[in-house]
Amino acid sequence: MSTNNIAIHAESLTKRFGDFTAVDAISFEVKKGEIFGFLGANGAGKTTAMRMLCGLSIPTSGTASVAGFDVYKQTEQIKRNIGYMSQKFSLYEDLTVRENIRFYAGIYGKTDAFIKEKTAFLLQELHLEAEANKLVRSLPLGWKQKLAFSVAIFHEPEIVFLDEPTGGVDPVTRREFWNMIYKAAESGITIFVTTHYMDEAEYCTRVSIMVDGRIDALDTPMQLKKTFGVSSMDEVFLKLARQAKRSGD
Amino acid sequence: MASVVANNLTKQYGKKKDLVQALKGVSFEVEKGELFGIIGPDGAGKTSLFRILTTLLLPDGGAASVDGLDVVKDFKAIRQRVGYMPGRFSLYQDLTIEENLEFFATIFNTTIQENYDLIKDIYSQIEPFKDRRAGKLSGGMKQKLALSCALIHKPSVLFLDEPTTGVDAVSRKEFWEMLRSLKEQGITILVSTPYMDEASLCDRVALIQNGTILSVNTPDGVIASYKHPLVAVKDDNMLQLLNLLQQYEGGLDAYPFGEYHHVVLKDGYTTASVTTYLQEQQLDHVNVHSIRADIEDCFIALMKTESHEHK
Repeated sequence: MSTNNIAIHAESLTKRFGDFTAVDAISFEVKKGEIFGFLGANGAGKTTAMRMLCGLSIPTSGTASVAGFDVYKQTEQIKRNIGYMSQKFSLYEDLTVRENIRFYAGIYGKTDAFIKEKTAFLLQELHLEAEANKLVRSLPLGWKQKLAFSVAIFHEPEIVFLDEPTGGVDPVTRREFWNMIYKAAESGITIFVTTHYMDEAEYCTRVSIMVDGRIDALDTPMQLKKTFGVSSMDEVFLKLARQAKRSGD
Repeated sequence: MASVVANNLTKQYGKKKDLVQALKGVSFEVEKGELFGIIGPDGAGKTSLFRILTTLLLPDGGAASVDGLDVVKDFKAIRQRVGYMPGRFSLYQDLTIEENLEFFATIFNTTIQENYDLIKDIYSQIEPFKDRRAGKLSGGMKQKLALSCALIHKPSVLFLDEPTTGVDAVSRKEFWEMLRSLKEQGITILVSTPYMDEASLCDRVALIQNGTILSVNTPDGVIASYKHPLVAVKDDNMLQLLNLLQQYEGGLDAYPFGEYHHVVLKDGYTTASVTTYLQEQQLDHVNVHSIRADIEDCFIALMKTESHEHK
């Protein structure tokens, strides 16, 4: 368990693949309960950085702790204490809503009593009672993503990593999704989120922007706009990302 | 003359329990030389529509034509005339850039040299790497190669299915600049996207949701047909503010919109009435100002009207 109010701490965290430095000595802290926006152009190193923080990739150098656990030595504890969802990987399409919940909660070692009680509550919250025994495949994308998020935090992790969770989602559902993020943050879960929608950057407590493997800016959205003398996060992003020397993913 | 015509197209997948109605009677026309956007979220029916128009999928009902040719009867002739860039990268990963382009030129009985002018601006950016395999390219380079391959036979209509999905803001801007210059060369372009902000870059757009077209208009026309007064509101505690605005009796809808919340007002309510209401709630220094709707506001309003009508 982490003993202070810091959820993620990274110091000169670096990952090299051969002579390519994907993540170049990034240092930052994420506070508990924060909604931390992790932005960057394609190929800036976001995915590599996230993989290290999730305990899926061992850093080349530097240090980092996630939920109080070390990214070199305690990767299994990290995995147990975080949640993860992305646009691409979320739920099993040919399991029902209820089976998906049961499966993921089971993986995290939750008891039958816990699962039963919380499933009932969750289905009610999402208005999915009537769909509980339907295959996930038959749900509209927006519902799937909301369900996927609920499943990712079902085991009550300290931190949840969201990799472009709202890509392609309609504007109404996108807002409902962010409403869920706010609620989760209020309940004390730290949110680490990437997005290509710049209006969503505004919903974050603080935002970091990666360029060529480095974090070139990190602040509240309001302060970032002030620093760069522009009126929207879109412009902040364009100003920084245009300086990038390496391209694509 | 209309370059693309869709008339009451329908398409469904699956059986009974798992039945999905992908297109529920879609109609629109695209003029020759237009840059036409199909704007809608995932699952709206964009890809089904594109696959029908490029003759890769048969519609269940309705009719469609491209360059005056029927998508069912004249499929062979249409395939000669259209360029199609699918949403998923579909070139040969183990052929080089140049081999891929040559391959597509050859199957359309042409050569790279013959139509080089058309692709020059795009292809010249990746030509220095022409001996690199397609599988080894970055996302942006793959996109340029795919576009070059879709153009090499000089199509009269170009179909681009979500070319900017998952692409960062900088590359998206560059891609749209490429499309503008292709349009200058007289090619009709149909492009689909889930990004609402890209609508303003099209000549006209069709907004699509759940297999139904919500509106076909110019971007300005969509905005001009927005019926209600709209205000933007900002305060230190945005979450509390949203709760208050959602309970406001003069409001039809309130939702987050970047650094502001947008409030759709009933007729007769104004910026001043919102300010008064918030003052009554002990919020004295809230920034409230009247704004013009953007495409996303329009889309939200149309979505809500649509779901209302179907209840």
